[in-house]
Amino acid sequence: MFDYETLKLIWWLLVGVLLIGFAIMDGHDMGVGMLLPWAGRSDVERRVVINTVGPHWDGNQVWFITGGGAIFAAWPLIYATAFSGFYWAMLAVLFALFFRPVGFDYRSKIADPRWRSTWDWGLFIGGTVPPLIFGVAFGNLLQGVPFHFDSMLMSHYTGSFWALLNPFALLCGLVSSLMLLMHGGIYLAHRTEGVIAARARAAVYVAGLGLLLAFSAAGLWLTRIDGYLITSLIDPGALPDPLAKTVERSPGAWFANYRAWPWTIAVPVLAYTGAVLALLLTRAGRTGLAFIASAFMLAGVIGTAAVSMFPFLMPSSSMPNSSLTVWDSASSPLTLAIMFWATLIFMPLIILYTGWAYRVMRGKVTAEHIEHNSHSAY
Amino acid sequence: MISEQLVDLSRLQFAITAMYHFLFVPLTLGMVWLLVIMEAVYVMTGKVVYKDMTRFWGKLFGINFALGVTTGITLEFQFGTNWAYYSHYVGDIFGAPLAIEGLMAFFLESTFIGLFFFGWDRLSKPQHLLVTILMAVGTNLSALWILIANGWMQNPVGAEFNFETMRMELTDFWAVVFNPDAQAKFVHTVSAGYVTGAMFVLSISAWYLLKGRDVEFAKRSFRIAAAFGLASVCSVIVLGDESGYTVGEAQQTKMAALEAMWETEPAPAPFNLIAWPNEAEQKNDWAVQIPWVMGLIGTRSVSKQIPGILEIKEKNRHRILSGIVAVKSLERLRANREDTEALALFERHKADLGFGLLLRKYTTDVGAATPEMIQQAVDSTIPRVAPMFWAFRAMVGIGFWMLALFAFAAWQTVRGQCAHRRWLLHAALWSLPLPWIACELGWFVAEYGRQPWTIYGVLPTHLSVSTLSVGNLYGSLVGFIGFYTLLLVVEMYLMVRFARLGPGSLGTGRYQFEAAH
Repeated sequence: MFDYETLKLIWWLLVGVLLIGFAIMDGHDMGVGMLLPWAGRSDVERRVVINTVGPHWDGNQVWFITGGGAIFAAWPLIYATAFSGFYWAMLAVLFALFFRPVGFDYRSKIADPRWRSTWDWGLFIGGTVPPLIFGVAFGNLLQGVPFHFDSMLMSHYTGSFWALLNPFALLCGLVSSLMLLMHGGIYLAHRTEGVIAARARAAVYVAGLGLLLAFSAAGLWLTRIDGYLITSLIDPGALPDPLAKTVERSPGAWFANYRAWPWTIAVPVLAYTGAVLALLLTRAGRTGLAFIASAFMLAGVIGTAAVSMFPFLMPSSSMPNSSLTVWDSASSPLTLAIMFWATLIFMPLIILYTGWAYRVMRGKVTAEHIEHNSHSAY
Repeated sequence: MISEQLVDLSRLQFAITAMYHFLFVPLTLGMVWLLVIMEAVYVMTGKVVYKDMTRFWGKLFGINFALGVTTGITLEFQFGTNWAYYSHYVGDIFGAPLAIEGLMAFFLESTFIGLFFFGWDRLSKPQHLLVTILMAVGTNLSALWILIANGWMQNPVGAEFNFETMRMELTDFWAVVFNPDAQAKFVHTVSAGYVTGAMFVLSISAWYLLKGRDVEFAKRSFRIAAAFGLASVCSVIVLGDESGYTVGEAQQTKMAALEAMWETEPAPAPFNLIAWPNEAEQKNDWAVQIPWVMGLIGTRSVSKQIPGILEIKEKNRHRILSGIVAVKSLERLRANREDTEALALFERHKADLGFGLLLRKYTTDVGAATPEMIQQAVDSTIPRVAPMFWAFRAMVGIGFWMLALFAFAAWQTVRGQCAHRRWLLHAALWSLPLPWIACELGWFVAEYGRQPWTIYGVLPTHLSVSTLSVGNLYGSLVGFIGFYTLLLVVEMYLMVRFARLGPGSLGTGRYQFEAAH
């Protein structure tokens, strides 16, 4: 149906779609988690905040799980190298995620205030740590990470956890945290009323302006960071072999794609436009539309990182020739094709029934609603 | 060389986290259908007690489900974090079912579980029942894809090694999906889940009946659990036997070990009901045998032989010797892709590549392996017999005990006597932990029995790990054990608390102990 090169490109796009889907869906849950201790000051207020995402967080988290599964299936070498290399960062994400299912389900089952406030902080950690670490991970990918392959393609990572926390990567972590904070704030403002909605809107303004600054700062900083460049001839349709090419670090390489295909500038422009629109729409009280604008902002920010690095996925700083790219990290054509069809069939269904679930649960979550359903609500 | 300690710790961590995960999965798999049954009765009869049953048992289901979700992500993560070479080497095949599980099943169950809990007032009765059914279907499909992935580890069909990409690649997707090992495992595993769900409801209902509280609620729950449990336990035993019959080589090795069959017996082989396996002398010190039975179970015939451990080892010795040639020629090919002589040699011995790789545990230069190393590798191809033998027998014993229990429970329910048979209620109550023990033993037999491989005959466990330091492993083990202990304490506390509160915890005003909440 498709040749190997096309399939590799399709999967670059599809992994992007899954990551953006994760940011839009699970991201707003996480943003709400970050806001929980401030947006809700009393127990009932906190229950209002939690119940805006209560019926949906579990379905949304599957974007993350499926994204992971898709990377495993489509880019096994990335899955292997990134997860084992970023060992403690991944475990920190995992341990933070532990708090979410139990936090949501267990918190309101017992009335003791200490019990509830413990889980509230758990939900805060579960919403705060993963976005921060994902941003930090992207920040490190943009700088290259120290790993190499031996002749049997076993990966060896030579960095440390603490080295991941360098200033540029932390700035990227800030970008990722602020974008999801803004996104979650808009969702919360949309689903609540009165004082909680007002606090959520205030958070949107702070996060939105912070995001515009941080994203710009990261872009400027990136001009000072060496990108990576393939210096040998590459056959995109060839069998994947990450050791078959030569790679060099080169200043400005992360901007080469924008020079070669000027229309790709639309991607960072989308990030800015989405963010500004989302801010204006929130101010105008049109939180539903603001959520959509903010979704485009997320697509723009994530897309900017992806387009800047293309075709690189995971450059190696210690042995650039071992870098992983779209062309040499992919699965076999058969696996890519089967996964493509599976995604094509199931993704529309997922969007359809997720949409239905939100429709069923639509409307503002109010304090009266919580008090009326205190035995069944989260 | 990969340190043996790293491999052992990685295995320990996976074993702990996987077995812990499976404390929650079987209950989810089974209870979700009990919820469907209860709610269907509610929709058909309109009796509100069935709605309350769905909601109360649903509450306990939710407490359990939360930890199932929490601990499931750990397993997905660990393939990347701790089994990096495995992920690279077989991700082309193994990753696909995991991703499809997410797309086809996990989205379904996770989206509809939200509506199951929060949609009662917003959906019509049939709509809500549909939501519950979709949640059940999603849960069970999820198990299907995971077991397809696991079945492929036991019997790696539909894939081939590619020396240029240095990994296994998919050649036939439908062979992977319809892998007989996977299908047998799926039906056996979900049935075991159904038994677990039934036992859970049966035991707690028995406790209410013993205490004489919420009797009508408890009797109805007991009845549904008894009927569902009886059907499920029959299926678990019949289908478990079916999974013994599948013909894969991994299964032969496992069967020889778990039946402690050292020598190949003339067909039809006798069954060792009880024996005392002696690893050092490679024989049983004593055994109580039933003639013919093993041959009938294992081959469904009176004439086919079942290979014993010693015969399997001899066959494996030849494969290791041939595998050495495969590894050597692969190394030459990796250095020079144009080496046609090496390619021809490799093609001839490729099927035994995995067996050659077994020697990597003892030496980096497989070609220079000493006879002692080869002997060690040969011995390592059979898992230790005694743990397999006893784990299997304990699992089967529990299965038959539960068959008797559910049969009596169903019979007494049909006669309308279940609330008055106190011995039966006590037996039901005290049998509560048994299905979990049986499930864990079953997984032990399946996974320990596949050693020394992660992918049988293809990839040794030893080579599958990530190149991490041992210190990392100690750190993460401490983290997992700490978190998981805490979570288990919290979960058990809530479970016991809500089971004690009973249906009164719904706050409907129809049940006892409402004030206690």
